[in-house]
Amino acid sequence: MTVNLSVSMALMQSPDGLLVRPSTSRSTVPGSSVRGAPYPAPAIVLRNVVSVVGGFPVLAGVDLDLSPGEVVLLTGANGAGKTSLLRVIAGLAPVTSGEATAFGCDLARPPRAHRGRVVFVGGDAGCYGALTVRRNLELYAGAARLAPADLVAAAIDIGLGPQLDVPFGRLSTGQRQRCALAIGLARRADVVLLDEPHSGLDARGRDLIDRTVIDAAAHGAIVVVVSHEVERARRIATAEVVVSGGLCGSKKEIA
Amino acid sequence: MSSSQTRLTAAGFTSQVATVARKDLEIEARTGVAVGRMVPFAGILVVLFAIALDPDSGLLPRLAPGLFWIAVLLSALMAVARSFAIEREHRAGEALIAAGLDPAAMFLGKSSAIAVELLALELLVGATMVVLYDVSRPGAAIVVACLLLASAGIACAGTLYGALTMTDEGRDNLLAVLLLPALVPLMVAATRAFEIAVDVGTGTARTWIGLLGVFAAVYASLGSLAFASLVEET
Repeated sequence: MTVNLSVSMALMQSPDGLLVRPSTSRSTVPGSSVRGAPYPAPAIVLRNVVSVVGGFPVLAGVDLDLSPGEVVLLTGANGAGKTSLLRVIAGLAPVTSGEATAFGCDLARPPRAHRGRVVFVGGDAGCYGALTVRRNLELYAGAARLAPADLVAAAIDIGLGPQLDVPFGRLSTGQRQRCALAIGLARRADVVLLDEPHSGLDARGRDLIDRTVIDAAAHGAIVVVVSHEVERARRIATAEVVVSGGLCGSKKEIA
Repeated sequence: MSSSQTRLTAAGFTSQVATVARKDLEIEARTGVAVGRMVPFAGILVVLFAIALDPDSGLLPRLAPGLFWIAVLLSALMAVARSFAIEREHRAGEALIAAGLDPAAMFLGKSSAIAVELLALELLVGATMVVLYDVSRPGAAIVVACLLLASAGIACAGTLYGALTMTDEGRDNLLAVLLLPALVPLMVAATRAFEIAVDVGTGTARTWIGLLGVFAAVYASLGSLAFASLVEET
């Protein structure tokens, strides 16, 4: 497998120096993809989804459709249910009631195959603090059945070369985020879920995130981004959904 | 379809088990947290038993098998708790499973690592007791079989109940409440086998060792099947 964190699409630089999706590939028409063609039928469908975790309803009846090629930005206050929604889509949080399907799989009982289709880069890096970055990469390669060299190459690509033999616990927040991204994005997935991907990263790291998101969507992945850096995230998103009180507002296309 | 969606071969599964076991032992070797807690704790227990039961009373050699397994079981709680604490850190265990690690491989890998740590502890505690408690040198075959099977049984049962604490530290207290009663049959069988090995018990050790084997096999099977749902529902 070849790891490719580069972008297949050309990016433009905005006046303030940020990377944005070229206007020809932006979705300006509801129901259109990043390439301008109509989105395929929704591959992830949530209907009145309630998720109860620890006796507390973290989602209170969510309706949402997600189609391949979409980049959906979730916004909302802390505790609104954005991360919980990502976890439900990833098959990591329970669907207590309602209907939730992803590629025809019931998310109330997500089969293991579903996890192979999803990449979830969240607030927790998912690495062992006592082990070096290289050992963590090797572990993930073993779990995901990837070549360790590919993950190491991804880590070097993302600027972690000098830290490969440093214990993960000694990395800075930004370096941890890069490590999580290298692990998460080294394999092509059908669904890419990013929880605050820009946090803790320097300008180069943020640009890399933006490129990766656009690249994934261009390859037909469903990308869902939770970010409090709304203006930045809007430049790469095709639609925005406001989450509040465990409920989703209607999906608004970003022109 | 990604490669992680394909079915694991037996060799792939074994490799994942070995990877998890090696990872846990490597973390323990680097941090020494479990050993740093278990060894002093077990050592203190052995000394306290000796003080409480008066070495001159002649009770210690007779009670040594039971005291040995009590010390091991209580120390095992620490090994299990530590084993899942490292998975909670940065939600690493959950992320590995999400990346495609077979939960059964995680169960067996973690059990193997705990069993290795327990074996090391048992050798240390056993040697200390032989010296301190004036226990006659036990028969090697019974002791080896008993230590291997009992360690496997404790580790498998511990990992199964420990799964409840994988994503919720608050459930650590639950571990002792659930695990210790479940280990009573193992403790009885291991103690009886050890009594026979040090010539203070009667009967045949084979029966008790067989029981230890059944206990380990039941919990290994149960854990392999149930670990995924336990981890996912917590």
